[in-house]
Amino acid sequence: MSEFGILSFGAYVPITRLQRSTIHATNSWFAGGLRGLAKGEKAVANWDEDSVTMALEAARDALDGIDRATVQRVAIASTTLPFADRQNAGIVKEALNLPDAVGAIDVAGSQRAATSALLVALGGNETTLVTAAEIATPKPASEREMTSGDAAAAVLVGTGAPIATLVASHSVTMDFVDHFREAGEAHDYDWEARWVRDEGFARIMNPAIAALLKKAGVEGAAIDHFLVPVAVKGVPEMLAKKAGIGEGAVADTLGASLGHAGAAHALVMLSAALEKAKAGEFILLASFGQGCDLLLFEVTAAIGSVKPRLGLSGWLARRIESTNYAKYLFHRGLLQLDRGARAEHDSKTALTALWRNRKAVLGLVGGRCTKTGTVQFPKSEVSVNANDHAVGTQEDYPLAEVPAKVMTWTADALTYSPDPPSYYGNIDFVGGGRMMAEFTDFAGEALDVGADLRMMFRIKAYDENRGFRRYFWKAAPAF
Amino acid sequence: MAKGIRDKVAILGMGCAKFGERWDKDEDQLMLEAYEEAMADAGIEASQIDAAWLGAAFDAQNIGPSGIPLAVALRLPDIGVTKVENYCASGTESFRGAVYAVASGACDIALAMGAEKLKDTGYGGLPVRTRGTTHDMVGITGSAPGNFAQLASAYRGVHGVGKDDLKRAMAHVSVKSHANGAKNPKAHLQKAVTMDQVLGAPMIAEPLGLFDCCGVSDGAACAIVTTPEIARALGKTDIVTVKALQLATSNGWEMQAQGWNGSYFHTTRVAATKAYDEAGITDPRSQLSLIEVHDCFSVTELVTMEDLHISKEGQGWRDVLDGFYDADGAIPCQIDGGLKCFGHPIGASGLRMIYENYLQILGRAGERQRQDNPVFALSHNLGGMPNQNVSSIAIIGKADA
Repeated sequence: MSEFGILSFGAYVPITRLQRSTIHATNSWFAGGLRGLAKGEKAVANWDEDSVTMALEAARDALDGIDRATVQRVAIASTTLPFADRQNAGIVKEALNLPDAVGAIDVAGSQRAATSALLVALGGNETTLVTAAEIATPKPASEREMTSGDAAAAVLVGTGAPIATLVASHSVTMDFVDHFREAGEAHDYDWEARWVRDEGFARIMNPAIAALLKKAGVEGAAIDHFLVPVAVKGVPEMLAKKAGIGEGAVADTLGASLGHAGAAHALVMLSAALEKAKAGEFILLASFGQGCDLLLFEVTAAIGSVKPRLGLSGWLARRIESTNYAKYLFHRGLLQLDRGARAEHDSKTALTALWRNRKAVLGLVGGRCTKTGTVQFPKSEVSVNANDHAVGTQEDYPLAEVPAKVMTWTADALTYSPDPPSYYGNIDFVGGGRMMAEFTDFAGEALDVGADLRMMFRIKAYDENRGFRRYFWKAAPAF
Repeated sequence: MAKGIRDKVAILGMGCAKFGERWDKDEDQLMLEAYEEAMADAGIEASQIDAAWLGAAFDAQNIGPSGIPLAVALRLPDIGVTKVENYCASGTESFRGAVYAVASGACDIALAMGAEKLKDTGYGGLPVRTRGTTHDMVGITGSAPGNFAQLASAYRGVHGVGKDDLKRAMAHVSVKSHANGAKNPKAHLQKAVTMDQVLGAPMIAEPLGLFDCCGVSDGAACAIVTTPEIARALGKTDIVTVKALQLATSNGWEMQAQGWNGSYFHTTRVAATKAYDEAGITDPRSQLSLIEVHDCFSVTELVTMEDLHISKEGQGWRDVLDGFYDADGAIPCQIDGGLKCFGHPIGASGLRMIYENYLQILGRAGERQRQDNPVFALSHNLGGMPNQNVSSIAIIGKADA
């Protein structure tokens, strides 16, 4: 029997885990009071990642083994979308190489953007891919710098054999300004934490949770997974106690291993819960931000039939420990380094050419000669096959999900890179196709000819003169 | 069926500016320096030149686009001047234009100039530049050393050569070229270096260190060509003719298909085979007197020894270490210091190589002169990257050879 609900889920965590003790070692002379938070690690996006690239990786995680042609709408939720006017979800759509006949929506403006997007999707009847991502730029030596982390998650909602269905939902909206960030600003401004806890989390969420449970006819004690994406210590436990939810149901907020991923954190935690949930369990997701969204899910017998490619646990395990706080600051634009004259190269993008080549550039779609089977990137009118330069025979051949191998490589210390040296080389795709690619997410270990690779969607270059960023695919160590 | 260029065109005169960091000169002054030497050698007046070609790769540096900068610098008598650009092979490309013009009979005397002013960028190395709007969205800009360094990883993988063995062979290439450059007053770098200096130098692009990379220089070189008959009529007795002039340009096969293994230059192999055929050379290892190759990086020179069919595939590094290509070896390579030490003003390099070969054949190379009466001399001028490039080969020799 076909039902409507969550069909699949996935997550993404950038590979670098900055040690909080390192941050504190630099800042303790100034902000000694943060010592209590100087534990564990936070996920930090690489210089070539943003909310769009991270959302795309989470979407790929969620869509593993799923026919992408079933997706009818793509949503991205974030308070750190790279473009204020250029549909960010549209970039995700192109990178997923979805058919053009899909809808798209960007959702922003609040910490509960992702749950609001998910609620809209669950309230409709379309197969919707809801993604959420956040890349924070907290002020150095701030509490937020300690508590935040970068991550993304994705949930596919639609008709089929859902792994979880929505039992009830409840939303309240109140302009409670616990913190804010004006459009165009990099940093948040926070009000006193004690006021936010007492007047915000408690006074707004407690009655709302009670109202939801009443609406659903479910006792607090019946909740198996209570997800409260709030970084403030003790808040989830306080809310659980008030609602009669068992202490054991309170989910890990992932502060030690990842940090708080802003608006994306609700879906990150949902993704984590769905990895371990069992049939018949109740999941209560409670997100806060100028009011709150409460979503009560029941896990179905289909749980376990659909698995993300890596899932949050897999992404958390794929990690490179970093104690380089200066590199993080530089990549986040918080530290000016002398980049040298080679960085002055103008990376202006011809939007006309981008449009003509959008499938190749954003979707890594190559060509396959229907006559000889030769695969190539990019696609061209005349085949590259030396024995048969067939004309006009190529069909689209997506390469993004095709494994590749290192053919040649170098570590270039001369060319400008925000993360020198720049690793690049020729790579061969399994089953045909070759290109020269940048390598990303290498831990600095020597690359070897023949090493296995997986393509990842990244920022290729920033056009600082015009406020544009150019996306393309890079090769990462296979995972 | 075309019979090729062999012996149809003679070099009437050549000139080469001092290469180096010519902080005090504009490019038009460097072009004039090369031109005046070539004209004195040729013994002709400007009014006798029918057409000219200018090879330059980075026209945004100093001279600007078109053939006009050459016409203005030399005050040429309102003749046709064509600007050509073919990456780092632009110098040989300008020579090709002039030679073809004479061979066609359209011109009696033609001039080829190669020029580049690289030291006006404000930073070391080659200027960063775009390779087209579409390429910039999907390709790698990278640096020249980064692109050529990849030959090493592939060469080692294909031929099973140890990292240290290859690094030592590469170092020998550079030590040899520095020793040669030290004897050349026109060279940019005129200091000998030791193996230890080369091996211990800072890494530029793994595994290429500082001394594995050629100099980036200002310079110009010039050739004046005519028919052997006109050369004789003008009083020349020692005639040097063009024996072969070949160019092979990648069509994307190396970069996009999966047949190339990354350890060699497909184009150079194609151009070399055609060039030997055109010149009537059947065994390059025994017939070539000396060679000037495009040693932009030590590893490029090393694999080129194989691509020119002189060293066996996978064995070039052994010949290098055996001294086969040293100044006193069987076939000296870069006896003038090469790109490594003579320097590499892009557009000038192809003509600079021919200049040295021309001097050696005529016995005019001074302290560097080979004493075995050189007959055939090959120059190899490459532009682009290992996976996509333009490779040109010019063989010149004694007219009666």
